[in-house]
Amino acid sequence: MSHGEMTVEEVKKHLRGYYVVFGALLCLTIITVAISYLHLPIHLAILLAMAVASVKGGLVAAYFMHLISEKKIIYSMLWLTLILFIFLMLIPIFTLHGYK
Amino acid sequence: MSVIIPYIDKPNPVTGVTNAKLGIWLFLASEVMLFGALFSTLIILRSSATDWPAHGSDVLNVPLATLNTVFLITSSVTIVLSWASLKMKNLMKFKLHMGLTVLLSFGFLIIKYFEYSSKFHHEHYPSTSTFYAVYFTMTGLHGLHVIGGIITNLYLMGPGSKMWKTEPERFTGRIECAGLYWHFVDLVWIFLFPALYLL
Repeated sequence: MSHGEMTVEEVKKHLRGYYVVFGALLCLTIITVAISYLHLPIHLAILLAMAVASVKGGLVAAYFMHLISEKKIIYSMLWLTLILFIFLMLIPIFTLHGYK
Repeated sequence: MSVIIPYIDKPNPVTGVTNAKLGIWLFLASEVMLFGALFSTLIILRSSATDWPAHGSDVLNVPLATLNTVFLITSSVTIVLSWASLKMKNLMKFKLHMGLTVLLSFGFLIIKYFEYSSKFHHEHYPSTSTFYAVYFTMTGLHGLHVIGGIITNLYLMGPGSKMWKTEPERFTGRIECAGLYWHFVDLVWIFLFPALYLL
């Protein structure tokens, strides 16, 4: 069910979830900053920072943007976007290996 | 002659969502590609730059940026609560939560102003180095998105809220779309913060 069709009772049930996600996001922000003070090797630091950011982004998308219960057409569009986004992120690898 | 856009407040039977919601998601998909291109550029420039700081925290203010992260995350909660208030038919609570969202957004911009002022005071401009070129481009574009969100949210909280009396469903849909945009602005910052300030 799309969240645009939620009843009043269903919205009330979701309210507690919003506060739980808010708490989780704050905790993950503290973890992100704490990791940076460990001065880990750069590859490990990037991996950890992006992993935590992805979890935070996932929580925002799933609960605040309600992607956890969206319609098929929205998912289809976002899958296509995700594939193109991954391709964009892979372009730097092509530059490292001298593609011409 | 007035033009009526079909399925603006009721789901389109073909897609199952309103045309307004499909439209905002299409727009956000294009925004993903816009910021994706910039992140990809950041990776290329960082891996080839000779004068990149060892850690973003060596040249940028991490405590202020952390506070800004808290502001944006909190504003994401308040805007979703403003939508929930409308679903519960409470216009006053909607205005309260939307007002908090706008206040937090201004808080974000004020901190950004202090950050930029400090950089300019120390004569650090986009032309200073590759790092500062990337920093000002990405945070500047994100800041423009914040300003766009503030203008939209202020309108919806003020004159735009008159629609609640005549077309409550359509108005709730508008808040849902404004919320989706605002969450995206938050999402971009969630990745910008570690990429520029912490790594």
